[in-house]
Amino acid sequence: MTQLATRPAQQHADARRPSRPRRRHHSAYLFIAPVGLGLLVFYLYPAVSTFALSFTAWGPFGGNTFTGIANYVGVFKLETFWSALGNTLLYMLIGLLTLPFAILFAVLLNREGLHGVTVYRALYFIPFITLPVASGLVWKWLYNGDFGLLNQFLGIFGIPGTYWVSNPTTALFAIGVVQVWSQIGYYLVIFIAGIKAVPKEYWEAAEIDGANGWQRFWRITLPMLTPTIFFCTIINVIATLQIFDLVYVMSASATANPAFSASQSIVSLFYEKAFVEADKGTATALAFLLMLLIGALTFVQFRLQRRWVHYV
Amino acid sequence: MSETVLRSRSARGSRLGSVVTHAVLVAGAVAMIGPFVWQVLTAFKSQPETASVPPTLLPREWLWSNFSDVFATLPFGQQLVNSLIVAAAVTVGQLAFCSLGAYAFARLEFRGRELLFALFLSVLMVPKQLLVLPQYQIMSGLGLLNSLPALILPGLFSAFGTFLLRQFFATIPKDFEEAALLDGAGRFRIFFSVMLPLVKPALAALAVITVMHSWNDLLWPLVVNTDPASMPISAGLTSLQGQEWTNYPVLMAGALMASIPMLLAYLALQRQFVQGIALSGTKG
Repeated sequence: MTQLATRPAQQHADARRPSRPRRRHHSAYLFIAPVGLGLLVFYLYPAVSTFALSFTAWGPFGGNTFTGIANYVGVFKLETFWSALGNTLLYMLIGLLTLPFAILFAVLLNREGLHGVTVYRALYFIPFITLPVASGLVWKWLYNGDFGLLNQFLGIFGIPGTYWVSNPTTALFAIGVVQVWSQIGYYLVIFIAGIKAVPKEYWEAAEIDGANGWQRFWRITLPMLTPTIFFCTIINVIATLQIFDLVYVMSASATANPAFSASQSIVSLFYEKAFVEADKGTATALAFLLMLLIGALTFVQFRLQRRWVHYV
Repeated sequence: MSETVLRSRSARGSRLGSVVTHAVLVAGAVAMIGPFVWQVLTAFKSQPETASVPPTLLPREWLWSNFSDVFATLPFGQQLVNSLIVAAAVTVGQLAFCSLGAYAFARLEFRGRELLFALFLSVLMVPKQLLVLPQYQIMSGLGLLNSLPALILPGLFSAFGTFLLRQFFATIPKDFEEAALLDGAGRFRIFFSVMLPLVKPALAALAVITVMHSWNDLLWPLVVNTDPASMPISAGLTSLQGQEWTNYPVLMAGALMASIPMLLAYLALQRQFVQGIALSGTKG
């Protein structure tokens, strides 16, 4: 009957209570079993097995043989790996442009007494909720070298256009822009929430002290927003390092598009190796290297945060 | 004293400011929504019209046939239904399984809880591409390639969903459960009738996130279901590009139809979408 003993209300159920004898709930395992077993079979086992398989040569019907780091050596010798790695890092850098845009719009949408906030937010959000494949197709049409709207628009100003997604020098940037465009709405929502969390008194105090809007932004809003920016940077970097859908849809295959290798990402190379060329050894090694890259870049960001993230 | 001075100064500043603000926001909105509008307009044009220079803004003649052409080219209706079934199954499954697990992690004490929870969290950190090959082999071993269960099964279980719901369960005061315990309710009864209703906002948020992920996912469907009839709409659209790549009006009509269910869901459930995003923080 220990459960019925009165005690102060607790915010977190998992806070340790050494004073009270613990009652163990065996039914807990029943609660956890469905999701636990599912994760074990479909996530944990595959993760471990990918790791193990990246050190083997895959036979067509099982029968894998241990080959040490041969797959990794093979990947490093692949020219397409290095170009895909460079491309992926470029996608990541371009992807970070999402954040300043999202912050700008979030700040403007948080202005007091602004009308139409819900409408603006919905409009900015639409690219994020439309199917990525659909967005890719639409933009490919806009980028079309012959009849695309973009070239027509540039033509007004006498600027010569190009075949944006089949020109090796522009393909990656063209795809990167779509990535930025499609993600702004998502980060906008997070930044709006972040700005709302800043205590109003800070701005009021600054205003009384004669700070103008620009100063208030740089001295108060931005520093107060750094934890949110940090969070968004982490999420954004992880997401863009895994870019696939847009590359797949907009850049198509090596035979159709001369710009394919100039815009291919690590995940699209992985897909190519695993399911087009059936070279599973190389594919597993690629997947594992991608995870290491994500882990390393996330780690670096956590180390760097002390220099610029302000926690109140 | 300075209250009124302050207010009038900021009022004057904000009138000019609000013009500039709206100008920037409108420009942004045009850039964000422009491609979508162009997509809608193109979906109604004839193929020759899309190749005309300079381009026409409005279709000379509004052609509805592009939309039916999509269905003639692909099992498009089937693929839409596939997407709906998969999204619904995955969402219901995830809400059920994740909330059960989350409840136990948040409210029950048991041996190995910390260790198990750490294991759940470790799943969160693994990029999904890493899992695709073994997952494919599992599906192939089960004889489920080119079937809807292949699309559904891995999506039923989510470490993220469990984690998200656990955070919510953990904030509910103990008293709610204890009153029910006093009345003699069992753990499952408490879970269903007391705890689940209390975390409804979190369930709604998780549902929205799950539906979106499921609807948008491309890599996994491309891998497991290569037969057009068992593809979801995301993968179906990419094959439409292969078959009709010069016919942009049909392509745009297809892209539009594939996006509409999610747009309607957003319009109906704006609050849940926004809340879901604010709570989530994991999405590529």
